[in-house]
Amino acid sequence: MAEMMYWQAILRAHDEEMARDPLVFAMGEDIGVAGGTYKATTGLFAKYGEQRVIDTPISENSYTGIGVGAAMVGCRPIVEIMSVNFAWLAMDQLMNNAAKVHYMSGGRIRCPFVMRVPGGTAHQLGAQHSARMEKVFMGISGLRVVTPSTPRDAYGLLKSAVRCDDPVVIIEHESMYNLKGEVPENEFFTPLEGCETIRPGRDLTIFAYNISVRWALEAADRLSKELGIEAEVVDLRALKPLDRAGIAASVRRTHRALVVEEDEAPVGVGSEVLAILSEECFFDLDAAPIRVHARDVPIPYNRQLEKAAIPNAGEVFAAARKILGK
Amino acid sequence: MDATDQKRLLREMLFARRFEERCAEAYQERQIGGFLHLYPGQEACAIGVLEKARPGHDYVITGYRDHIHAIKSGMDPKAAMAELYGKETGCSRGRGGSMHLFDPDSRFMGGYALVGGPFPLAAGFAKAIQMKGGDEISICFLGDGANNQGTFHETMNMASLWQLPVLFVCENNLYGIGTAIERATVETSQYLRVAPYRIAASQCDGQDIDVVMSEAEKAVTHVREKRQPYFLELMTYRLRGHSMSDSGAYRSREEVEQWARRDPISIYRTRLEAANILSEEDFQKMDLDIQNEIENEIVRFALESPEPRVEDLERYVYADGGPKPWLK
Ligand SMILES: Cc1ncc(C[n+]2csc(CCOP(=O)(O)OP(=O)(O)O)c2C)c(N)n1
Ligand SMILES: [Mg+2]
Repeated sequence: MAEMMYWQAILRAHDEEMARDPLVFAMGEDIGVAGGTYKATTGLFAKYGEQRVIDTPISENSYTGIGVGAAMVGCRPIVEIMSVNFAWLAMDQLMNNAAKVHYMSGGRIRCPFVMRVPGGTAHQLGAQHSARMEKVFMGISGLRVVTPSTPRDAYGLLKSAVRCDDPVVIIEHESMYNLKGEVPENEFFTPLEGCETIRPGRDLTIFAYNISVRWALEAADRLSKELGIEAEVVDLRALKPLDRAGIAASVRRTHRALVVEEDEAPVGVGSEVLAILSEECFFDLDAAPIRVHARDVPIPYNRQLEKAAIPNAGEVFAAARKILGK
Repeated sequence: MDATDQKRLLREMLFARRFEERCAEAYQERQIGGFLHLYPGQEACAIGVLEKARPGHDYVITGYRDHIHAIKSGMDPKAAMAELYGKETGCSRGRGGSMHLFDPDSRFMGGYALVGGPFPLAAGFAKAIQMKGGDEISICFLGDGANNQGTFHETMNMASLWQLPVLFVCENNLYGIGTAIERATVETSQYLRVAPYRIAASQCDGQDIDVVMSEAEKAVTHVREKRQPYFLELMTYRLRGHSMSDSGAYRSREEVEQWARRDPISIYRTRLEAANILSEEDFQKMDLDIQNEIENEIVRFALESPEPRVEDLERYVYADGGPKPWLK
C-alpha cells in the first residue's frame, strides 16, 4: 500500500493506461504544458508528447465531440473538463452522441469515451463555479456515471473507465484533489457498478457519495461515540446505473435510511434512492427516510452564506437522531 | 482632450492599478476568497474604450476580469470592493463575488465566469436596443481565448445578419490561462476571424491609451451611427498571473519584462511629463492620493460593512413582488 493524494492516484491511472495502450490519449484545457489545473496530468506532456496529451482551445462542446468521434473509431480518450459547470457546454455531444450512438447503431458502434470533471462547492468560487451535475448525467440513458470518494477509487475507477467500452463520466471534486489515502501498489480495477459498504452498522444506513462520504463517516463516528448508534455507511460510488439491489439489501438490514448529497434535493441522487426504497423495501422501513442536501439556491459567494447553503457532518448527525427518535 | 482630462485619465489608470494591487493584498489577508482575476497591464483597454463610449448609457458586459470595466462604467469602487469582501453593501449584495459584479444602474450588465458566455448576451442587449429604438450601443469585452467558443461564431453571424449595434472588444493578451494563443488558435490575429461574417474590424495597440481611444472612437461611431456590429482587437498583456493561483511557468521572465516596459501607465505618464502637463511630483501626489482613497474610504467601507444575514440565504432566488396574475 502506498499513501497518495487523489490527484496522484488519477495521474497514476492515466500514466499506466497510456503506457499500456497507444490509443489512450488525454485532452483538455491547460492539461499539457501547464500541467493541469489539478495536477492530475502533470508530467504526461513531457512523457507522451503533444499527440497524446492535448491542450485544447476553450471549445468544450467540440473537443468533447472530437473525443467522442475518436472513441467511436477505436481510440480511448480521457477528456478533462476543468469544472462541471463548463460541462454544460459539452452536453450536446455528451448526451446526443456519446450516450446514444451505441444504441442507435443497434450496438454496432462502441464509444469508449471518458470524461473526467470536478464538481461541487470549493471555497467561495461563486454560483457559476460551484454547481454539481450528477443529477443531469445520471438521467441520461447510455451513460455511466461514477464518483470517487477516495484516492483508491479515483485510481480504480479511471482504470476501469478507460477499459470500459461505454461512455463514462467520472465526477471528481475540486476540494478533494489533495485528499490523502491508501492505494494498493498492484494494478486493480474498481467496479463501475455497485455500491460499497464502507462502515457496517445495524441501526440505520447512511447513503453518500464523493465528498458527502466524509460527512457521513464523521457523523457515524459521533453517533457511535456519543449515542451508541451504529450507522452503516454505504458509498454509492456508481450513480448510473445505481445499485438497486445493494441499496435495498442494506436497508432490509437496518430499516432506516438517510441520503446525503452536496447537491440541491430536487431530481437528485436522494430522490432516486428514495424512489428505489419505496419500490423495493417499503414494508422494511421503520421510519420515513430523510434526505440531507444543499439548500435550493445558486451557491452564494459570501463565506457564511456558502457554508449555510451546503450540508455538513452536523446536519447528518442531526438527521440520524431524528430518524431514530433520539 | 485637454490637460485636465489627460490627468484624469492617467489617474483612472493608476487608480485601477492600485485598486487591483490592493485586492491582491486583501486576498492574501483572506478578506477576499474564491477566484480573483486582476487587470494590471491591460488598464488602457477598458478605460480607453469606455472613455469614447457613454458609460451609464451604453450597455457593458465582460468576463470574470471585471473590476475595472465595472468601475469605468460607473460603479462605485466602494460597492465593488465590498462585493469582493462578500458584504451586504457589495454591488451584488455579497452573493456574486469578484467574477460577478453587477450594476444595472450604470448599465454594467455583469461579469461572468463562463468563457464565451457573454457574447450572445451582448448581442441580446443590442437586439433590445434595436427594438426599443434608442441610440445606445452594447459593448462586450472578452479575451482572445473566448473566440474559440461556439458562441463567438454563432453570435458574430447573428449580430451581422440582424445588424445589431454591438461593439465586440477583444483584449488579446496572448494567453488563455497558461495556453499561449498560437497553441490554441490558427488565426492569431483575432480581428481577421470575423471577416466571413462581414463585420467591420480592426486591430491596434492596447498599451497606449491614445491609440486605443482613437481606434475606439472610430469603432464606437461606426456602431452608434451605422447601427452595425464592429470588432475591435486590442493587443495587450497581463502583467500578473491569470488568477491568484498561477505559477507563471508557461511564459518566460524575459517576455514579461519586455511587456512591462510597455506598461500603459508609464507610457501615458511619460507622455504627459514630456508635454509638461504633469510633473514627477504631481504624479507622486496623485499616487499617494489614490492610495489614501483606497485605504481610508474604499477598503474601510468594505471592512466595516455588514455581512449578509444567513436568514437571507434564499432571498433573490426568485423575483420578490413580481406580478403573479394567476393569484388575482
Ligand atoms: C466555459 C469555460 N471553460 C473554461 C473556463 C476556464 N477558464 C477561465 S478563464 C480561461 C481563459 C480565458 O482566456 P481569455 O479568453 O483569453 O481571457 P483572459 O483571461 O486571457 O483575459 C479559462 C480556460 C471557463 N471559465 N469557462
Ligand atoms: Mg487571453
